[in-house]
Amino acid sequence: MIALLRRDLRLAVRAGGGFGLGLSFFLIVVVLIPFGVGPETNLLGRIAPGVLWVAALLACLLSLDRMFALDFEDGSLDLLATSPLPLEGIITVKAVAHWLTTGLPLVMATPVFALLMSLPSTGYLAIMVSLLLGTPALSIIGAFGACLTVGIKRGGLLLSLLVLPLYVPTLIFGAEVARRGAEGQPYTTPLLMLSGISLAALALLPIASAAVLRVNLR
Amino acid sequence: MELHVQKLSVARGGLAVLKDVSFNLSAGQALVIRGPNGVGKTTLLRTLAGLQPALAGEINLDPDMMAYAAHVDGIKATLSVEENLAFWASIFGTQGIEAAIIAFALSDLRDRPAGTLSAGQKRRLGLARLMVTGRPVWVLDEPTVSLDQVAVTMFGTVIEAHLEAGGAAIMATHIDLGLKNAISLDLGAYKATSALEDNFDEAFL
Repeated sequence: MIALLRRDLRLAVRAGGGFGLGLSFFLIVVVLIPFGVGPETNLLGRIAPGVLWVAALLACLLSLDRMFALDFEDGSLDLLATSPLPLEGIITVKAVAHWLTTGLPLVMATPVFALLMSLPSTGYLAIMVSLLLGTPALSIIGAFGACLTVGIKRGGLLLSLLVLPLYVPTLIFGAEVARRGAEGQPYTTPLLMLSGISLAALALLPIASAAVLRVNLR
Repeated sequence: MELHVQKLSVARGGLAVLKDVSFNLSAGQALVIRGPNGVGKTTLLRTLAGLQPALAGEINLDPDMMAYAAHVDGIKATLSVEENLAFWASIFGTQGIEAAIIAFALSDLRDRPAGTLSAGQKRRLGLARLMVTGRPVWVLDEPTVSLDQVAVTMFGTVIEAHLEAGGAAIMATHIDLGLKNAISLDLGAYKATSALEDNFDEAFL
């Protein structure tokens, strides 16, 4: 399992691996928004939590279709499926690798992007915590979508259509945590809901994804 | 170790392709599967490797005993030859990739990114992977495609060594490797005629 994680991380940082793709997309969206809505700091500060969350969500989506499609095309998915590793484990590891290369850099870079969006300083901790607890759910739900579309050529569009509705609960509670944090309100309840969604996704979806992948590989 | 396959039926894309295939294979033997294109060689091999369920019939060995090698080699273009092999060795929990590198004459290529290899060299790397799996039954789908004469001989030697060490091999191939302990199975006789009754795949087509 560790070997698979190490391989996926190594592939991500090598040429054409897509590391930084999500991060630069996030940066571009966040830089463009103030151009679109104007330089009013009050307004920007108010929409910042929602914008940052939507941008993070789309950034995650960008690299999802590579998660299994590349391994499927070069045949390593067949070989991994016949290896001693359980398919559920393979999927979890690949989602973790996706999170480490997409979700975690987003969380780390959020303070800088929040500054670009003039987020009130009280909201920094809340947005970082909400992204830290919410992005794992994005990766694992995305892995499920990637398993569903794995055999389909250019399945990226279908994948977005399938996965985005599933992201809605995470988005609602994540953005709510960030909004309450920015307004200085207590945010324990939405944070607990967000963590609950992440943990439930982590517990249930690898099993569902493995079942889907078995059907897609036959 | 004995492999018994009894009355195995397999399906591909919602159509039954083979019916009542039976054979036995013991350690040290190779089974060469023959038959025209589309008869179901790949489907049979994928079923044996555990990638798809059989329609009917029995396979007495667990798929965990089999090492599968498909048409594509599962090579990552940006990893070097050595990294590719070392990855599979650690996935299968085996030590030592040197024997595999030497057997397929990959020493000079070990630090090259696998994406820059020629088709034949990639195939050699894909076959070298079998040696690091440490599994007794090799299930091979057209293993000699794009190999030159020298590499085919190399591969023949590796197979013979594997058989002598108590392993077994099942391969679909059109060329004669000159193996001593080879039995041949022509799939033409097992072609399925009736349509499927309980069709799970159709929901997905």
